Amino acid sequence: MLDVIIIGGGVIGCSVARSLARYDLKIALLEKAADICEGQSKANTAIVHGGYDAKPHTLKAKYNVLGNQMFGTLCTELDVPLKWNTSLVVCFSEDDIPKLEALKKQGEINEVPKLRIIGREELHKREPSLSPNACAALLVETGGIVCPYELTVANAENAAENGVLFYRNAEVTKIEKGDSCWVVKSKAGAFETKAVVNCAGLYSDAINAMVSEDAFKILPRRGEYYILDKKYADVFHASVFQLPTKLGKGILVSPTVDGTVLIGPTAEDILDKSDIRTTPQGLAKALKFGSLTWENIPLRDVITTFSGIRAHSDRDDFILGEAPDAPLFFNASGIESPGLTSSPAIARDLADLVAERLDAKENPNFNPIRKAIPKFREMDDLERAKAIAANPDYAKIVCRCETVTEAEIREAIRRPVGAQTIDGIKRRTRAGMGRCQAGFCTPRTIQILCEELNLSPLEITKFGEDSKLLHSYLFGKGEQRHA
Amino acid sequence: MRKVDLLIIGGGPAGLAAAVSAYEQGCRDILILEREDTLGGILRQCIHNGFGLHTFQQELTGPEYAQKYIDRVIDYQIPYQCNTMVIEITKEKQVTAVNRSNGLQHFQAKAIILAMGCRERPRGALAIPGWRCSGIYTAGTAQKFVNLEGIMPGARVVILGSGDIGLIMARRMTFMGAKVLACVELLPFSSGLKRNIVQCLDDYDIPLLLNHTVVDIAGRERLEGVTVAQVDPETKRPIAGTEQYYACDTLLLSVGLIPENELSRMAGIDLCADTGGPSVDENLQTSVSGVFSCGNVLHVHDLVDFVSEEAAKAGAKAWRYITDTLDKNLKSMPIISGFGVSGAVPQKIHVGNADQPVTLMFRPKNVYKNAKVCVTAGEKEIYRHSSRILTPGEMVSLKLTPEALRQISDAENLTVKVEAS
Ligand SMILES: Cc1cc2nc3c(=O)[nH]c(=O)nc-3n(C[C@H](O)[C@H](O)[C@H](O)COP(=O)(O)OP(=O)(O)OC[C@H]3O[C@@H](n4cnc5c(N)ncnc54)[C@H](O)[C@@H]3O)c2cc1C
Ligand SMILES: Cc1cc2nc3c(=O)[nH]c(=O)nc-3n(C[C@H](O)[C@H](O)[C@H](O)COP(=O)(O)OP(=O)(O)OC[C@H]3O[C@@H](n4cnc5c(N)ncnc54)[C@H](O)[C@@H]3O)c2cc1C
Repeated sequence: MLDVIIIGGGVIGCSVARSLARYDLKIALLEKAADICEGQSKANTAIVHGGYDAKPHTLKAKYNVLGNQMFGTLCTELDVPLKWNTSLVVCFSEDDIPKLEALKKQGEINEVPKLRIIGREELHKREPSLSPNACAALLVETGGIVCPYELTVANAENAAENGVLFYRNAEVTKIEKGDSCWVVKSKAGAFETKAVVNCAGLYSDAINAMVSEDAFKILPRRGEYYILDKKYADVFHASVFQLPTKLGKGILVSPTVDGTVLIGPTAEDILDKSDIRTTPQGLAKALKFGSLTWENIPLRDVITTFSGIRAHSDRDDFILGEAPDAPLFFNASGIESPGLTSSPAIARDLADLVAERLDAKENPNFNPIRKAIPKFREMDDLERAKAIAANPDYAKIVCRCETVTEAEIREAIRRPVGAQTIDGIKRRTRAGMGRCQAGFCTPRTIQILCEELNLSPLEITKFGEDSKLLHSYLFGKGEQRHA
Repeated sequence: MRKVDLLIIGGGPAGLAAAVSAYEQGCRDILILEREDTLGGILRQCIHNGFGLHTFQQELTGPEYAQKYIDRVIDYQIPYQCNTMVIEITKEKQVTAVNRSNGLQHFQAKAIILAMGCRERPRGALAIPGWRCSGIYTAGTAQKFVNLEGIMPGARVVILGSGDIGLIMARRMTFMGAKVLACVELLPFSSGLKRNIVQCLDDYDIPLLLNHTVVDIAGRERLEGVTVAQVDPETKRPIAGTEQYYACDTLLLSVGLIPENELSRMAGIDLCADTGGPSVDENLQTSVSGVFSCGNVLHVHDLVDFVSEEAAKAGAKAWRYITDTLDKNLKSMPIISGFGVSGAVPQKIHVGNADQPVTLMFRPKNVYKNAKVCVTAGEKEIYRHSSRILTPGEMVSLKLTPEALRQISDAENLTVKVEAS
């Protein structure tokens, strides 16, 4: 019998797992996909929001500001890249300055510190590449950027090191009431547990409906993006938002912690929660509005496009806490933006609540520290020489665009909750995320996965299930070659 | 820090030919660094024939062609390190490389030849909308799987782009039992060699859809099909109503090659926006003194013979630089790409340095029939040649003779242009 089952391995599920590991509980996390971090948490804008944007007195406002304050310590403990690069909300007409004032006021009600309106001169001094049409901005000192997948993986690794069990390819299909417990049926088997935490993102309404009459709906809202080459790492320093107008809202131009540039996202209500396609209209729109901020976006240096789907709830706010009619069933639902920013605070409060309801004691052995895979590209010469001396695989560069070594890839597979797919390796090491988009490193990465997991190349997938990469051996079964 | 006279980065045909030539000129302290586990570069995976017609007057396969140069490198005992990746070069010609057995190595070179080749443009660069499923490869990656690893990436194939690698892979996949449904090209003409269109598409009844592109990608996990539409030749925008769906499990991209110049950029070498490679003079010297460049890292070639010829020159000139006999302090004159010309190499030329012919290469911007290629120095025309057909798929290579070059000393620049009839 388990104490807690967490459904969903996004940033919320993995953060809850880590926070719950602070207590002396038997915990498992069930994730439907072949890897953690395959949902919203992998495809978002990666901003640690200041908190000016959320409607006052909502859970979004509360957890945004709390989460933002926790991010520094969190990323230090988990060794996750974080940069306090500030956010700017710019406007393009003097007439809109009162709207910036209103936004500032809203932020102050939410208790966001150090908000300031800056004029044309300071704005362009800070961001020389900004379109000359930008005339004023709200400066958010507490705005930052983070690596969202590394954060999710780091939470999971740390949770696993502290005893949480992870099951992937484990879609929850049914939850039943057992004798003083919940029976959670999944594609990885049935589990008995005292408590359930629903962190199923876009599908958290369906999970909730399995046990509760207190229904809500998650409405999928798609956002499309461009990513530009690292060449432009220094073009913008802050994350530059635009003041929402009749024409559009929220398309930003922002550096990422890895030095690429993100342009997007659009916002489009769609019907199918799994429809992560990019569309000609969406991409054109991202470009059109992005160009207001950055004139002449260098399209020949786009390295990829993608979309993410927000889990917008019909209650228009985060849905957090125990369901009214299902004791020991907890929801963390409707977690759209600023969900990433809010994740540490949501996880802490939910974990405390679950622990209190289970009357759990603290886990005296909890270790909050997780070390990232040492990154060759960030080392100086001395560190490089040392790393190679300790492990010659550090001298074998597999991904040339991002300078990722074989040692890093092997470690990404061997770690707790390790990578088992090409995309899993990509999120943990950046191999394949660079300008050639895995053209060069895929064959070698496949080989390494085969060696580490004892699989044949034909079994390796991009992201699980039927996303196999290769079709057939040319000669015989390839046994000699790949035995 | 190990000292070496000539350091060559990349052991493909360019690096090999440069090494051989430098040796033959007298250079004895050479080191080739290659990140793959064998020499030969991209030719290792080009197992089709058609290489070496100019250089050896015979049809060789890629590996055979490469082997001829590898054999000479071995005969001359020119040192090389495979499995060695250069990760940094500086203006001062210091080079950092890593390899398993030697760890982190530092070199100080007197001269460097950049011969790193090029990479393929991926899907992301085209921003093709649709699903991000598996089954989408660049043609070169697919070539590596099939020819070097003996694994087929898929069974029903559409090819986007008509570059040479894509064309060659259309035939290769067909040979190996796959069905190639179409080769889709955005432009009104193919960007591949004429002979490859005939021998790789026409001979196997694979349709070449000019003025077409892929507008959508279907398949949540593995690719299930692509939607192809006609484009307006002027705007390159898809024409609504012309969409056609092809059910396939593989999309191969042959949409352009990009010279691999991350290292060059690190060393502060000036790059040319047109070619994507360094800007060089007639000696193939870059803006950093003593650093030379040749092969696909300089500009994308379609024939390896031209690569070898260019690289031999880089090797010889690097040796002259090392022995301090390379002409210095000459007035330099830019070479301008005029009408119909894209990416002329070299980008500048030294006036008075006219003891040897200078090879000038470029790609025509469009298809021109019965056109003339002219080079003018100010008002003076110093070269003219008529061509039955010029196409972007085939580079133009012309030689300016010492006599012609002697006429240019008082001009501001040289202009190379096409006169279409
Ligand atoms: C376009 C976009 C931009 C955003 N920008 C920002 C931003 O800049 N800053 C910010 O703070 N936030 C941002 N967010 C919000 C943030 O990304 C999300 O709030 C956060 O990632 C939500 O995490 P999650 O764990 O709830 O959801 P997810 O990451 O979606 O995780 C849910 C997981 O549950 C799994 N699951 C679903 N059903 C089942 C089942 N039946 N059984 C088992 N597992 C199941 C899914 O596979 C998935 O892995 C953005 C979101 C989007 C989409
Ligand atoms: C599919 C295909 C078909 C072709 N068909 C023909 C044909 O029929 N006839 C013909 O004549 N030509 C053909 N070509 C063209 C010709 O092969 C190329 O132009 C030629 O191989 C380019 O040589 P290169 O040395 O510049 O580049 P490459 O062959 O790419 O060599 C570059 C080398 O540098 C190494 N390198 C790069 N960076 C580093 C680093 N940082 N450290 C160490 N090493 C590094 C690489 O590993 C590589 O080995 C074809 C090319 C292709 C791809």
